Amino acid sequence: MLYYILRRILMMIPTLFVISFLVFFIIELPTGDYISNQIAALKTSGEQSSIAKLEFLRKEFSLDRPFFERYLIWVGLWPGPHGLDGLLQGNWGWSFEFDKPVAEVVGPTLPLTIVLNFATILFVYVMSFPIGIYSATRQYSWGDYGFTFIGYVGLATPNFLLALILLYFFNQWFGLSVGGLMAPEYIDQPWSFDKAMSVLAHLIVPTIVIGTSGTAGMIRRLRANLLDELHKQYVTTGRAKGLKEGQLLVKYPLRMAINPFIADIGNLIPSLVSGSVIVSVVMSLPTVGPVLLSALQSQDQFLAGFVLLFVAVLTLIGMLISDLLLAVLDPRIRLGGRASS
Amino acid sequence: MSDDLKNKTPVRDVEHYVDPEPFNPAVVEELSPEQERFYQASQWQIMWWKFKRHKLAVWSGVVLLIFYLCVPFAEIIAPYAPDTRDSYHLYAPPQPLHLFHEGEFVGPFVYGLKSEINMETLQWEYSPDLEKVQPLRFFCSGDDYEFWGLFPATFHLFCPADGGTAFLLGTDRLGRDQFSGLVYGARLSLTIGLVGVTISIVLGLFFGGIAGYFGGIADTLIQRLIEIMRSLPELPLWMALSAALPVTWSPVWVYFGLTIILGLLDWPGLARAVRSKLLSLREEEYAKAAVMMGAKPKRVITRHLLPGFTSHIIASASLSIPAMILGETALSFLNLGLRRPAISWGVLLNEAQNISVVTVYPWLMAPVIPIIIVVLAFNFLGDGLRDAADPYK
Repeated sequence: MLYYILRRILMMIPTLFVISFLVFFIIELPTGDYISNQIAALKTSGEQSSIAKLEFLRKEFSLDRPFFERYLIWVGLWPGPHGLDGLLQGNWGWSFEFDKPVAEVVGPTLPLTIVLNFATILFVYVMSFPIGIYSATRQYSWGDYGFTFIGYVGLATPNFLLALILLYFFNQWFGLSVGGLMAPEYIDQPWSFDKAMSVLAHLIVPTIVIGTSGTAGMIRRLRANLLDELHKQYVTTGRAKGLKEGQLLVKYPLRMAINPFIADIGNLIPSLVSGSVIVSVVMSLPTVGPVLLSALQSQDQFLAGFVLLFVAVLTLIGMLISDLLLAVLDPRIRLGGRASS
Repeated sequence: MSDDLKNKTPVRDVEHYVDPEPFNPAVVEELSPEQERFYQASQWQIMWWKFKRHKLAVWSGVVLLIFYLCVPFAEIIAPYAPDTRDSYHLYAPPQPLHLFHEGEFVGPFVYGLKSEINMETLQWEYSPDLEKVQPLRFFCSGDDYEFWGLFPATFHLFCPADGGTAFLLGTDRLGRDQFSGLVYGARLSLTIGLVGVTISIVLGLFFGGIAGYFGGIADTLIQRLIEIMRSLPELPLWMALSAALPVTWSPVWVYFGLTIILGLLDWPGLARAVRSKLLSLREEEYAKAAVMMGAKPKRVITRHLLPGFTSHIIASASLSIPAMILGETALSFLNLGLRRPAISWGVLLNEAQNISVVTVYPWLMAPVIPIIIVVLAFNFLGDGLRDAADPYK
């Protein structure tokens, strides 16, 4: 098992490099950079004094070097103006727009991002597991049809629209401000029990919004998997030997069906993280989502790059966890081969 | 000996019978006309039969066809031009269609709008004027437009009454008709998925084909690439890529840029399907025979293997169209995708970005409805296609 974990973690390293390169490539795609755009703007307005400072900044952040060198400096594998000083050394870069280190800009948003994403994954598991089992064991019942219908609508409604609709109705019915992280009166207040409860209450709606489509997909898959298993002969044999229904279900077909269920959550995590980014923008939650949007709009490249890398790493960690869970459940995986999802 | 044999000759107690019909050795394998029809039908014919049995998918197809009719005929279906501003009706509420006025049948009509200014909030407030019956005109001439950008015309399917208004779904901040916006928006929103999927199919076929057919290092490399791409959250990458589109580009270029972006991140799923299908088809006897007869890889892939899984590709492609439609909507909603004067459902939703606006003018969320319908329909259609893709099962 330890060997498997080690191998699985080691495999992440090349992946991380490819991803960081892709991210860097993408954020470098727009022509020019933040500072040269500023210089151009200053030149048109005829201001000369601050140009020198900006030129200095350009050098400072080695924006004048070739692409590959810049990438390596960013990662921290190549000496920049201050020696090796990149992501690997814990320097996340400089945000030009906020004129602060990236760590200070995104720092406060990171915990909430992680909490929100894990809450969503938990929500998806907790909701889809019993519903999936119910739908499969009571196929073609009213409950099954109901959940299937809700599932289809959940799959079809883009989560940011769901967020808008929920915001509207909550406002209409309860006069509740659903946006934001906490009720307005707690902002800038010291942490207290009430404040924590307010934060929790405000996390519920985004969790549901982000998790709905994922839950719908998982219910469908668990239902299909379990139905396949339920029609197999060993179930009939078990029943013929007098096993109780509940015991039979948990002991045999459920164990078989749960394997793809967990493997699938790995495939689901990217879309959950995607969802959390845009839902945060709509509901103005202080996660990395709004930060990413504003950074992209103002071409604040290091900030955008870091946030992109962060969400990518978040999904990788999620997938790692789902792979490890799978290995715990299925000896075939931890002893040889990989998850065949 | 001979006596013994004679004694043992069995006594015939059944009448000897000979069938007058000529002997036909194939009688066991003879097919009923129905079976014959099935066996002689082409693969596509059988798929069609199987698809037809999936009622939900068929109806979804019909719904989609209706929606796609808006694409070529948007100018005719929409009562207003998309940029017509009615400055007397800013944020006008929807005018519902009625058929009966005071118990009398009038035909489709709307009640006119009474507008007065609220001196406290300094906003226009509209209420239906139950005196003013404004019957819709059909096959009439209204706002002028250039049909397909080729020749000027004024023909519309329906128009408001003379001097009246017909804002079926209300108007936005500048007094532009929402319904017309939706009809015009369908043009970009519905086609962006098709173009994007085409790009993704080409890429998926290419990479999946290489990986599945050649195997070895190429397979490993492409597999790794696919795994990495699938582990990335799509939307943030879409956002970053479309933020990289130059602001100076014209809407047409932005549109194509977006389709490429959507296709670029979507191909891994298709490539994976192509690869696994190729791997299994490659082992089939007819494929091996072709290789032994000296066919080049290109010929084997295109002539012998591709026809075997075209249907699967179409099915899985139809399932990835909704994701693209949603992607475009999300990007345009965030101001990173299309912008005015281009109109798509996402661009229209952009007006509804602010929650305080939405609570006062909820009809700005109207584009949500066609989006959900289209995405649902594509999902059902894709399900039906997927079931029909393997008709011999």
